[in-house]
Amino acid sequence: MATAAQIREWLTEVTDPEIPVLTLEDLGVLRNIQKVNDIWVITITPTYSGCPAMKTMEEDIIAALKKHGLENFKVETVLTPSWTTDWMSEAGKKKLLEYGIAPPVKPTANKKVLMGISETIICPRCKSSNTRMLSQFGSTACKALYVCDDCKEPFDYFKCL
Amino acid sequence: MNIQEALLEYCLRLGDNSLIIGHRMSEWCGHGPILEQDIALINIALDHIGQARNWLTLAGELEGMGRTEDDFAYKRDAHQFRNLLITELPNGNWGDTIMRCFLFDTFNFYLHQILQHSKHDGIAAIAEKSLKEINYHLKYSSEWVIRLGDGTDVSHKKMQNALDDLWMFTGEMFEADEVDNLMLEESIGADLQQIKEAWNDYVREVLEEATLKIPENNWFQKGGKQGRHTEYMGYILAEMQFLPRAYPDAVW
Repeated sequence: MATAAQIREWLTEVTDPEIPVLTLEDLGVLRNIQKVNDIWVITITPTYSGCPAMKTMEEDIIAALKKHGLENFKVETVLTPSWTTDWMSEAGKKKLLEYGIAPPVKPTANKKVLMGISETIICPRCKSSNTRMLSQFGSTACKALYVCDDCKEPFDYFKCL
Repeated sequence: MNIQEALLEYCLRLGDNSLIIGHRMSEWCGHGPILEQDIALINIALDHIGQARNWLTLAGELEGMGRTEDDFAYKRDAHQFRNLLITELPNGNWGDTIMRCFLFDTFNFYLHQILQHSKHDGIAAIAEKSLKEINYHLKYSSEWVIRLGDGTDVSHKKMQNALDDLWMFTGEMFEADEVDNLMLEESIGADLQQIKEAWNDYVREVLEEATLKIPENNWFQKGGKQGRHTEYMGYILAEMQFLPRAYPDAVW
């Protein structure tokens, strides 16, 4: 008989298809593992509404659990409470930095809409704080594009949501 | 019209706004003035399409006839779409696109701010999720309106032209009909009058900083929410729906 802890352990094999160092748990996408009427319900939540990786993550979860012989389960997607970068684990942030992506800095998105002063983001390559934002929108929905004015390297910043 | 019918219409309006403006913005893919801005517009388009999927899926559940998000997107004709006219207008130049985004994003922001507290759980959940993304959209379009409006003579002129052209399509956002009134009475939908005031304040503040002049024209075009569209709508659908119409039930 599988336990929730065991399923959670199996699911550490499932990573974000675009940031393969992060597991779904690191990312905060895996919300719950619960047995309802003899069926394991794996609850996930999307990072962004249009995140194209969600479908892949769902398929990867199904494949991983089937591989371990689990059959009576289903994957459910919920929207509320809505995902926030606060849910990213500390281990996840560390892995992200090592991977070359600056992790989210502030706990929540800046509520001030217009011309809010942006946070200081540390360059993941040379650790300089002399960086600036090139674009609020980067290579994927969850990232912004920054450049370091010391080592001159551009880098991705996992922006707050 | 009963509450269930109004609720379905309301979700279709929200979904169609996102779908059509998302499609328009996706047309910029590969055509942006510089790479970063090309990527930015496509990211925003993706947010809109994602939100549209959520709204149209909810619409299908509410209707209870087994229709999916794809059925709504690909198997309706122009008169069955409920998006605001401003979302379907052609992209024009970069300034036109940015100005349209700004005027719509401001409306969308205040709308979702209210809808996240909707009495309807499904609407509240999608609104709460979408609002975080819309936050970024509005910041982006506001910054560009200021940069270009208060920029060179050429950019200023183009932004003023864009504003003059688009202004008559802004009134429709705040024009409440039976659907809006029913949803407001049920504490499901938003008070458009309340949004109008907030919209006016914010739009004026940004346009002033952008040194742009608000048009004096107070005649507004309308009809999109009731399915009466501009001549552009058919062309959008011809492109968007081509594949599922030519190859029904095609799968990857």
